[in-house]
Amino acid sequence: MMRTLLVRGMLVGLVAGVLAFLWAHFVGEHPVRAAIAVEEAAAPPPVPGGPVEEEVVGRGTQEGLGLLLGTTIFAVAIGGFVALVLAIVQGRASTLRVRATVAAVCGLGFLATVIVPFTKYPANPPAVGSGDTIDERTGWFFVLVIIALVGVVAAVRLGRQLHARWGAGNAIFAAGVLFVLLMAVAHVALPNENEVRAGFPPQILWDFRLANLGTQAIVWTTVAFGFGIAAEHAVEGRPLRPRARPLPQTVA
Amino acid sequence: MSSTTPTVDVERTPVPPVSLREILPYWVFAGVVLMFGIYFVGAEEGATAVFSGSAVHELVHDARHLLGFPCH
Repeated sequence: MMRTLLVRGMLVGLVAGVLAFLWAHFVGEHPVRAAIAVEEAAAPPPVPGGPVEEEVVGRGTQEGLGLLLGTTIFAVAIGGFVALVLAIVQGRASTLRVRATVAAVCGLGFLATVIVPFTKYPANPPAVGSGDTIDERTGWFFVLVIIALVGVVAAVRLGRQLHARWGAGNAIFAAGVLFVLLMAVAHVALPNENEVRAGFPPQILWDFRLANLGTQAIVWTTVAFGFGIAAEHAVEGRPLRPRARPLPQTVA
Repeated sequence: MSSTTPTVDVERTPVPPVSLREILPYWVFAGVVLMFGIYFVGAEEGATAVFSGSAVHELVHDARHLLGFPCH
């Protein structure tokens, strides 16, 4: 069963990666190109006979094959991890239907790995960041992601404990409050990193960050929907069709 | 006669959970491989580097930006 779930999770991830590539290529590259144009306009003109910056990978490859490779590797990994998490929580932490569990795992995964870091260390287009601070920015970014994942686990545990006493709605609300409080503490405690230089066009920054959210949203929603179907099919061993349940009136 | 009427609980799946013994080796192996995938897309030749040079960084450069990882 674990093998089936993992294979299906990664296959759905592959599809998600291709869809995310289409979005990133046709929508996301616009602000990326605009940001690079701003950088090049601001750069001093090259000295004749001076050192020429060698291009290791051309822009065409970066916008095409490289982008496709990046989004698919990432999305396959996300699909695989969702499958691994589903196998642990289904029937244990979650007694929901499989599709609902997959949707919850993906929603919480998107929250912890995309939304939370977006609020503290939002993505920047090329030409905005400073290469000098890449080490600490990368480090704090992943620290915040780990804190958010721990926060999700803590919130889900609290919600499950309160469920019996308070009912689902109140328990979910309490879990949400705990999560927001934990993230607020992390937000204040972690150092700020503002890389955007003065004078960078805000519209390009906004467009780029929206494109970033869109790319991630496509990955996570595709996995949530596609793997939800594929996993439920695998776990319950039924072909996919509208569920017809026998009416309970036949019992003597 | 409601006590004899079987109820179908649509909230609960009758399928037993996948045993942890079965899950563990997949977690160890696939978890490591998938982590490396995310690492190469998200961070290789940025803050840290397994390979020298910048070919991996440059190849996945746009994906790294558009997926929201910190990048130069």
